[in-house]
Amino acid sequence: MIVMTKESLQILKEQDVILFRNRVKEFATKIGMSLLNQTKLITAASELVRNMLKYANGGVVILEIIGKDRVTGIRLTFTDKGPGIADIRLAMKDGYSTGKSLGLGLPGAKRLVNEFDIKSEVGKGTTVTIIRWKNGI
Amino acid sequence: MDRIPILKMGHFLLVTIQVDLYDRLALSLENDLINMVSQVDAKGVLIDISAVSIVDSFMGRILGNIASMTKIMDAETVVVGMQPAVAITLVELGLTLSGVHTALNVEKGMELLQKRIGKDQTGEEEDYDSND
Repeated sequence: MIVMTKESLQILKEQDVILFRNRVKEFATKIGMSLLNQTKLITAASELVRNMLKYANGGVVILEIIGKDRVTGIRLTFTDKGPGIADIRLAMKDGYSTGKSLGLGLPGAKRLVNEFDIKSEVGKGTTVTIIRWKNGI
Repeated sequence: MDRIPILKMGHFLLVTIQVDLYDRLALSLENDLINMVSQVDAKGVLIDISAVSIVDSFMGRILGNIASMTKIMDAETVVVGMQPAVAITLVELGLTLSGVHTALNVEKGMELLQKRIGKDQTGEEEDYDSND
């Protein structure tokens, strides 16, 4: 896997989310991702960045354009130093939420991307990585 | 603070969302709309989201809330103009917006509102006649 472009963005307040979403869109447009895949990627990113703000008071997102076997895609890595998730399996279940939300954020985001990885340690923080390939289904 | 304008047209309130909504803006729209429904005795609310490229679970929840709240206030809400990519993404995300009336565009949304409200009014008249 090769990384072609890399950029990191700090997310500390709600307005940063709009800026971040626009940046993801620019990256996705640059590699010629279809509108539908862009919409899925940005929606997933929006869910994850909201989680970061809500549960960890913000964090850092790394945006990357990556290539593998002549396919390009976008990789986003969300890192926070929040409370962490005690039971990831439970957090990945539809309809489960410790907040007052619908509990669609994590499982929904996973459905909208091609690759999804989550690592969390209680008291240390959470890292979520997603990849959406340009033409991936 | 930014605000989404709400236009009054007869018994209806019209909202066109032209900007990317961040959470607080969406919440203030919800609040403003419900207050306005009560103030002007609106019977219908039409929300045009044709310029909105991203609807995530939070935004979806706000749309659902507005629909339920206006319903309690005796008004109908119709969401119109959803982009195809947004509809596909919403369902995959797991949000079907059940309980929210939708229409393809503003014109069809207005028709739907008028039909629903017209029905209510004739319904009331019939009740009145039968009591007579």
